[in-house]
Amino acid sequence: MIRELVLVFVAAVLVNNFVLKYFLGICPFLGVSDNLHSAVSMGFATTFVMSITAPVAWCIKHFVLDKLGLPFLEYVCFIIVIASLVQFVEMVIKKFYPALHQAMGIYLPLITTNCAILFMALQLVLREYSLLRSIVFGFGSGLGFTLAITIMAGIREEIEFCDVPRCLKGPGITLIIAGLLALIFVGLGGLIKVN
Amino acid sequence: MRQAIVTKTPVILKDFTKGLWQENPVFRLLIGMCPTLAVTSQAQNGLAMGLATSFTLIASSIVVSIFRKLIPKEVRIPSYILIIATFVTIVSLYLQAKFPDISKNLGPYIPLIIVNCLILGRQEVFASKNPTHRAAADALGMGLGFTISLAALGMVRELLGSGTIFSFKVLGDGFRPWIIMLTPPGAFLSLGLMLGMINIIDRFLKTKKGFFPKFDAKKGRT
Repeated sequence: MIRELVLVFVAAVLVNNFVLKYFLGICPFLGVSDNLHSAVSMGFATTFVMSITAPVAWCIKHFVLDKLGLPFLEYVCFIIVIASLVQFVEMVIKKFYPALHQAMGIYLPLITTNCAILFMALQLVLREYSLLRSIVFGFGSGLGFTLAITIMAGIREEIEFCDVPRCLKGPGITLIIAGLLALIFVGLGGLIKVN
Repeated sequence: MRQAIVTKTPVILKDFTKGLWQENPVFRLLIGMCPTLAVTSQAQNGLAMGLATSFTLIASSIVVSIFRKLIPKEVRIPSYILIIATFVTIVSLYLQAKFPDISKNLGPYIPLIIVNCLILGRQEVFASKNPTHRAAADALGMGLGFTISLAALGMVRELLGSGTIFSFKVLGDGFRPWIIMLTPPGAFLSLGLMLGMINIIDRFLKTKKGFFPKFDAKKGRT
């Protein structure tokens, strides 16, 4: 049981990294990774929302959509849940943890359109995970996103002092670095066997 | 009055053409990157994803533009997402029924059209502020630009990765496929290098005042 959970976790963080294997959340990955502090804030805000979304999506699928026989409403339902959850989380944080809100305030609304979250919700339904596994999967995927964006921000802070060809400045060189990072993560593929 | 009639066409034309090069969603604005990178290991998949996204974009732009005065400002983003999600569900069911192969290839990336920032961005920036015909022209141009970019990236990756374009054999038997182009790192690398090339071409065109004459914004509007 615990072994399975660890496998799901490691797979989500390293082997099937959401950013570098599935290309999810590329917009924040390119947009917010120019400084380390905001990258880490964005990463943790996303992890937070993903950990909450996973169990909620699971419950909606099993207690509402399956009971009522409305599988075609999956997309609409999940995206509404995510959008309102992000709004709700923002309000709660603003009310009770103003300092935290100041740190990641502007990133929270952006998370609604982070495709990693919708993908995660749809995948845990598709893979028929149990509730506990879904939570671990959601948390692990968020952590994988945080890992990727943090590494990227660290490299980009260094690259500001390098002589990059003019045509590749900005997004071009960022994508090439992401390619090299993805190459490294491909190497981690043999770590465990994932279906 | 006469002026209004004279200038009507260029505005629509400008709305349409700006998505193709000047504000190309993939290469200039860098939005909608997730499907761009994910499905372009084959040109055919790239084209299909581009068309699916274009349909959603055009349909939701028209709907949002029609209802732009009725949607309250506070709940506009959820409303847009709801409209988009509805059209994506239609596309998804249609592909499943008519093109099961493509539906299988694109797999989990079809529902992600909902959160494609290109679509939501156009609703927020353009469709919610402009009349329907202009919103439709804008959506058509953006969709076409997106489709062409995806197909181009797919062609490059498929050519180098398996020696074919749209599954037709182009490179002979002597060519050894670069498997890396079909994997995630290849996607990042090829898009990065293509961005560099586009930047070089763009700079060339700007200095030479080349093939794409720009519409004068002042002339077009008043």
